[in-house]
Amino acid sequence: MSELNILIVGVGGQGSLLASRILGSYCCAKGLDVKVSEVHGMSQRGGSVVTYVRAGERIDSPLIEQGGADVIISFEELEAFRYVGYLKKGGRVIANSQRIEPMPVIMGSAVYPENIPEKLADLGAEAVFIDALSLALEAGSAKAANVVMLGAASKYLGGSEEEWLAAVEKCVPARFLEMNKRAFLLGKNI
Amino acid sequence: MSEKTLMLGNASVARGLFEAGCSFVSSYPGTPSTEITEEVSDYSEVYAEWAPNEKVALEAAFGASLAGARAFAGMKHVGLNVAADPLFTASYTGVNGGLVIAVADDPGMHSSQNEQDSRHYAIAAKLPMLEPSDSCDCIEFTKKAFDISERFDTPVLLRMSTRVAHSQSLVSLGERILPQAHAYEKNIAKYVMMPANAKKRHVTVEERTLALAEFAENDSVNSVISGSDEIGIVAAGTGYLYAREALGDGASYLKLGMVNPLPLKKIAEFAKTVKRLVIIEELDPVIETAVRNAGIPCEGKELFSLLGEYTAEGIRRALLGIFTDAIAAPEVPARPPVLCPGCPHRGTFYVLKKLGLYVSGDIGCYTLGAAAPLSSVDLTLCMGASVSSLHGFLKAGGDPKKSVAVIGDSTFVHSGITGLVNIVYNQSPATVLILDNSTTGMTGHQQNPCTGLTLKNTPAPVLDLEALCTAVGVKRVRTADPGDIAELERVIKEELEADEPSVVIVKRPCALLKTVKHGAPLAVKDCRKCKACMKIACPAISFTKEKGAIIDASLCVGCGLCQQLCPFGAIVKEEK
Repeated sequence: MSELNILIVGVGGQGSLLASRILGSYCCAKGLDVKVSEVHGMSQRGGSVVTYVRAGERIDSPLIEQGGADVIISFEELEAFRYVGYLKKGGRVIANSQRIEPMPVIMGSAVYPENIPEKLADLGAEAVFIDALSLALEAGSAKAANVVMLGAASKYLGGSEEEWLAAVEKCVPARFLEMNKRAFLLGKNI
Repeated sequence: MSEKTLMLGNASVARGLFEAGCSFVSSYPGTPSTEITEEVSDYSEVYAEWAPNEKVALEAAFGASLAGARAFAGMKHVGLNVAADPLFTASYTGVNGGLVIAVADDPGMHSSQNEQDSRHYAIAAKLPMLEPSDSCDCIEFTKKAFDISERFDTPVLLRMSTRVAHSQSLVSLGERILPQAHAYEKNIAKYVMMPANAKKRHVTVEERTLALAEFAENDSVNSVISGSDEIGIVAAGTGYLYAREALGDGASYLKLGMVNPLPLKKIAEFAKTVKRLVIIEELDPVIETAVRNAGIPCEGKELFSLLGEYTAEGIRRALLGIFTDAIAAPEVPARPPVLCPGCPHRGTFYVLKKLGLYVSGDIGCYTLGAAAPLSSVDLTLCMGASVSSLHGFLKAGGDPKKSVAVIGDSTFVHSGITGLVNIVYNQSPATVLILDNSTTGMTGHQQNPCTGLTLKNTPAPVLDLEALCTAVGVKRVRTADPGDIAELERVIKEELEADEPSVVIVKRPCALLKTVKHGAPLAVKDCRKCKACMKIACPAISFTKEKGAIIDASLCVGCGLCQQLCPFGAIVKEEK
């Protein structure tokens, strides 16, 4: 692995912070230079959020450039579409098929785009959609959709199950650990 | 090599405080600075507290320095405006134990009301300012800031920015080293800033600035990283990271760790070694102006914006004309932040809109009351301005029967109370709503004087807002529950009618608090499509022509506000 650039996008409150920390911990254990750029504050209140995870020999900027992401992990369908400009040629989008309508759509002043998977394909972006919400509920909580998505992404990021679960263990409080491990494996074994 | 740990920039400042032997921290929360103080509170060796505002925090830290401790205050950029008064004169008195103030700028305004550049404060107050680029710098510069503070007898500013504060990178941890003791000694000439003394201290300040400039020329905090001589970059903080990402070894760099005073001789020497000298700094041309004034030719803001954040691709484009090959971003609906599902004060803003009031708003979550479709809030200026500016608005002809101020509990304590004193003293019939959600919401649930707990979660006396408002002379003080929309409307109408100042404490805890128990999600049965529930602007409720209102069970917390609006009783507990 020379350099790995992962964009995590979603809606504020969906758990991108935890997902980025697990990814950061995973990359750190590989002995790479790592930078993780998080979002705190106002945009956590239901706004569009983007978190950057970068790993490699030497990482300067904590941000990923347009056209620079090897993988985009999206916790929501529209957000996968919004940030597709960050995808590297030959990169991959792994998205939760859950739809959360933004306020302009709820108010009727904007329309939620239809057929996002097809639109992504038309743009030349390879995208996989997963019903992470159902799998998270199966694992024990809707809140674990973020970790389901990490499980799904791990298939494209390499690494052994043990390495990934060790990273989950490092970042998740003990009382939620088993549930999150289940969520990770459900995502991984789709 | 010692083992490296991934650590957030703000946590690394906290680590630096610990390792530097700092023993007193007082701060007011503000994105992106908050986590410094939260993280430092985990070190039992360090006393840490939330102060009611930044001025109090800095003055408390100053007092601790006077008593001999290494002391710290942390705040966001606009917080330093509040703390500017003690800052400027603490520059004259100097310190006893080291005194460091972190100020976190927010280029791009991720969570702020303006984009001010705090480096101007360092120049104006004649204080040294260090600026880290990553978490490793955060630890090292925090420790260095204390050394500089004690060596040069000065408070030191540590300038953070969102991407440094909220990025994790690798650090090596060191030991806590306790500083040399500095016993307090009475020194009227140094610490009592009346004119005769201050005149002498100003001389000391100017001499100190010259000594600090010499230090900046020679200390390793400012370092040259050699690469190609085609371009020479002078940058600090994020500017250095983005430039290095964009140009790699295709440029040489003078990385400034100290942004005031600047090492102008070092910059002039560096300029001689490169073909193009380019200053890369987000926000204002602070370094550039100093470099140009020193007669050193350079490029800067003719290439780069005064606005927002920079990117590596933007730097590559501006300097090399290289454009990034990427998929063009599609046009999609915006997703602005909104009041959370179950926010107790969604009902408050609904009532204010329904009554068609002028709403003098404030900082914090309740700024979101300005977001469509609630669109209730008319004004958001700064902490406390809702209360003070309503007074002027009413005195100059604003209709007291149609105007309210809306302010959160923590913000009211921060700087709303003085505005209320003015309302009583100078007599305007203002109606002030204190939206009490039992926490400091927007910055992520910090304790405050109203919550009954300290930063370290030890019990504290609860500030009684009702008694406080009564004590300043407001005769009409009452409490209302925003969970009962009809009742809240009645209370607000009554207080608007009163010809004297009134305060309504609108009280219900934040829906995100762990102590708040949520009900089962609600569902819509036999919707009559009247859209009454849509007026509450809850992100969990959407509407289609075919089905009418739909509640997203994954978002709904069962607060029941929408039930109160539905005239047909169509919103019910979801059946399992």
